[in-house]
Amino acid sequence: MTERNRDAASISFEAVGKAFAKPGGGTVHALEDVSLRVEPGSITGIIGRSGAGKSTLLRMVNGLERPTSGRVLLGAHDVGTARGRALRDIRRDVGMIFQHFNLLASRTVAGNIAMPLEIAGVAKSEITARVAELVERVGLSQQANRYPAELSGGQKQRVGIARALATKPKVLLSDEATSALDPETTQTVLSLLKDINRDLGLTVLLITHEMAVVRDIASHVAVIDGGRIVEHGPTHDVFIAPKHATTRSFLSGVTGVKLPAFVKSRLQNTPSEGGEEVIRVTFFGQHATDPMLAKLTGELGIEVNILAGAVEEIGSHPFGNLLVSLPAARGEEARRYLQDHNLNTEVLGYVG
Amino acid sequence: MSANLINLLIEATGQTLYMVAISTLLGTLFGLPLGTFLATSQRGELLSAPWINKVLGLVVNATRSVPFIILVVAIIPFTRLVAGTSIGTTAAIVPLTLAAVPFIARLVENAIREVDSGLIEAARAMGATPIQIIRKVLIPEALPGITLGLTLAVVSLIGYSAMVGAVGGEGLGDLGIRYGYQRFMPEVMAIVVVILIVLVQLVQSIGEWIAAKVDKRAPKGRGE
Ligand SMILES: Nc1ncnc2c1ncn2[C@@H]1O[C@H](COP(=O)(O)OP(=O)(O)OP(=O)(O)O)[C@@H](O)[C@H]1O
Ligand SMILES: [Mg+2]
Repeated sequence: MTERNRDAASISFEAVGKAFAKPGGGTVHALEDVSLRVEPGSITGIIGRSGAGKSTLLRMVNGLERPTSGRVLLGAHDVGTARGRALRDIRRDVGMIFQHFNLLASRTVAGNIAMPLEIAGVAKSEITARVAELVERVGLSQQANRYPAELSGGQKQRVGIARALATKPKVLLSDEATSALDPETTQTVLSLLKDINRDLGLTVLLITHEMAVVRDIASHVAVIDGGRIVEHGPTHDVFIAPKHATTRSFLSGVTGVKLPAFVKSRLQNTPSEGGEEVIRVTFFGQHATDPMLAKLTGELGIEVNILAGAVEEIGSHPFGNLLVSLPAARGEEARRYLQDHNLNTEVLGYVG
Repeated sequence: MSANLINLLIEATGQTLYMVAISTLLGTLFGLPLGTFLATSQRGELLSAPWINKVLGLVVNATRSVPFIILVVAIIPFTRLVAGTSIGTTAAIVPLTLAAVPFIARLVENAIREVDSGLIEAARAMGATPIQIIRKVLIPEALPGITLGLTLAVVSLIGYSAMVGAVGGEGLGDLGIRYGYQRFMPEVMAIVVVILIVLVQLVQSIGEWIAAKVDKRAPKGRGE
């Protein structure tokens, strides 16, 4: 493709707030004091629970929503104050895909992809060529003349992606683009997004409520809770050392490493005489935990019970997650030892 | 049945079709933009003009609540102004059109309101102007609904057109009244009714056929 090397755009939220008037009176603060810089060329995931303010935040990037305080910058443009022509020009630099695809039922695949180009006033012959290129890009050449009703969910989202790329945007926004898809289709759509990010170098900002999506494609992640960004950074940093409770609960969902029920039900906040300390050990990269735990026993003479554990991949790096218990009296010592060897630890509680 | 009577029936059918066709055409010409405006001009919508929306809504409701036969008589001065005469088939097109515009406007409004708001959002995100959204999203997506609405309007207009005999408009309804009722020829009345039934049936079938043709959504029941 000839689109490489276009400068990706940075997105900056500067102390952004958004208040909505409630229908019955009063206001909802959907966002409060959100400051975030999205790295140009990154795939940044915003994760949060329902109602956390994810969509509101995303929709500010192309001016579908305006901040009530603070600024939203796309490159050098202030999106929040742009109006009319200027706003429409900004929007042509930002592609967007949606959970429910939002394709026109009255237009074929090719017709849907042509839509943003028609709106931008591109010449017919140019549209035809560009559309052919795009259907090829998303692997839908065979379906170009079909209507959306004749496509599967995954195919529809491919059309959505092709349409979003039509005007060669610098930024791609994705609002839960895979939430309506089955796991397998989700994977193909995510890898398409990844390829696009790599090949075209555009900035991808995606929102999701699944940590698995972040794990699979995001280089950076921001966690939003109650309208505030509670944690953000490179994905592996956040995965390795989550600081906020919301992040941890999302992570326990994705790693699938949970305390066995019999331990969880007995978990206490304070150690008891002769009891055990339950800790989570996480590591990134090539650190092998087994020898570490074995050494813990061998060198320090601390007995370790493994309660649960798994190793998975985040952005092609192995990420390990273990739940272990060891004598509470020697907990401090054991944790220091593990941390000295680049393993992260977190105390979950104590059992008697 | 005399050749004379057959000629009369053919002529009357032609007149009815003429009145209905022209008033549908004019009704659509004005009703489509009016309905589109009504559907998009409430507060916070695409063309947000809440006051004009309210006023137009009131006018539309008022026109629609006047019984057709009263409308025909009440607007005679207006008809004379527009058509040059207040009696005859061509003059009858004026009240028919006046009844058709608000009716079609409401049908169009309903069809447009059915369009998924996500599509408007997607178009806005592409940088579309409100006019582009109307032309490229709302009207094409509402087309199956609009087609069915127009079918309903044509059927109603066929019914209305039977009442314009009151101001000298001719056509099937007028023929049925004059021959069937005033001259005691019930067979003429019966034939007129049969022709009207066939016409309505035909219009309905054609309308549904076109609506199905332009409808590219998944068939009902198959779902997403
Ligand atoms: N147009 C609006 N008017 C009033 N309140 C709104 C509006 N849009 C969003 N809100 C409120 O703002 C808050 C954040 O909404 P938002 O849609 O951004 O959440 P979300 O994180 O995207 O949730 P979900 O995962 O359910 O999509 C919610 O409390 C919501 O009710
Ligand atoms: Mg949302």
